[in-house]
Amino acid sequence: MNPWPFVIAAYAVAILLTAALVLWAYRSMRRAEAAADALTRK
Amino acid sequence: MHALANPARFLRFARPATNWLLWVGLALALAGMIAGLTLTPPDYLQKDSVRILYIHVPAAWLGMAGWLGIAAAAVSQLVWRHPLAAVAGRATAPAGATFAAICLLTGSIWGRPTWGTWWEWDGRLTSMLVLFFLYLGYIALAAAERERGGEGRIAAIYGLVGAINLPIIHYSVLWWRTLHQGQSISISGGSTIAGSILWPLPLTMIGFSCLFGAVVLMRIRAELAETKVEARLRRMSR
Repeated sequence: MNPWPFVIAAYAVAILLTAALVLWAYRSMRRAEAAADALTRK
Repeated sequence: MHALANPARFLRFARPATNWLLWVGLALALAGMIAGLTLTPPDYLQKDSVRILYIHVPAAWLGMAGWLGIAAAAVSQLVWRHPLAAVAGRATAPAGATFAAICLLTGSIWGRPTWGTWWEWDGRLTSMLVLFFLYLGYIALAAAERERGGEGRIAAIYGLVGAINLPIIHYSVLWWRTLHQGQSISISGGSTIAGSILWPLPLTMIGFSCLFGAVVLMRIRAELAETKVEARLRRMSR
């Protein structure tokens, strides 16, 4: 059995899920901090 | 730890730390994965499928370390009433659940060419799946408690009770010798894997750990900002 399709699939899963987690955390942080800053400036 | 109890002081530390952890984590994780895919030799028995090691092992470590962090935050909250402990617990759970999921999925993909099966109800696999479900339960419980204005004590107790699963995962390969291989890497006792194959692993271990830390800090910062907005809106509505 050629192992490379399994290796590529495993790396794709790890990279996609990690990237999704980091992007979600970053965007929710930016959104929340922007809302807090906007309210402070009012 | 108590020096960071003040949210303003915590943010002075967290803002630069988030950037450092994110960029160092990305660089190390990418370097480790590229090295693991291109610079190491195939294993004599598993051939190229051994390369899944460089993502599977960090994911397993972070899945377990995440729950250890939740348990430590729970102790800090219940014993010392640390004001950021409940926030830290809630911030750790999504990252821990994601890495537990990555561990389960990459393990399953590794199992097909190596064992000839995607899944087996073996002690290690089953206890890791239980950990993933524990994370989902914690996320739902902590979110519901926060929505009702609670202090997060029920979620903290759940986090402590769930920590019983960590030694079960760790010792499962010794207690039930089924399909999953025994411990091959130990901090104290060295490794049974050849150095020529093993060397990129510390890069991905440290890299993904830094990314995990960056995500936790980002979640804490988001929750602190949301709390600030909620408090201000409450004051304005009076």
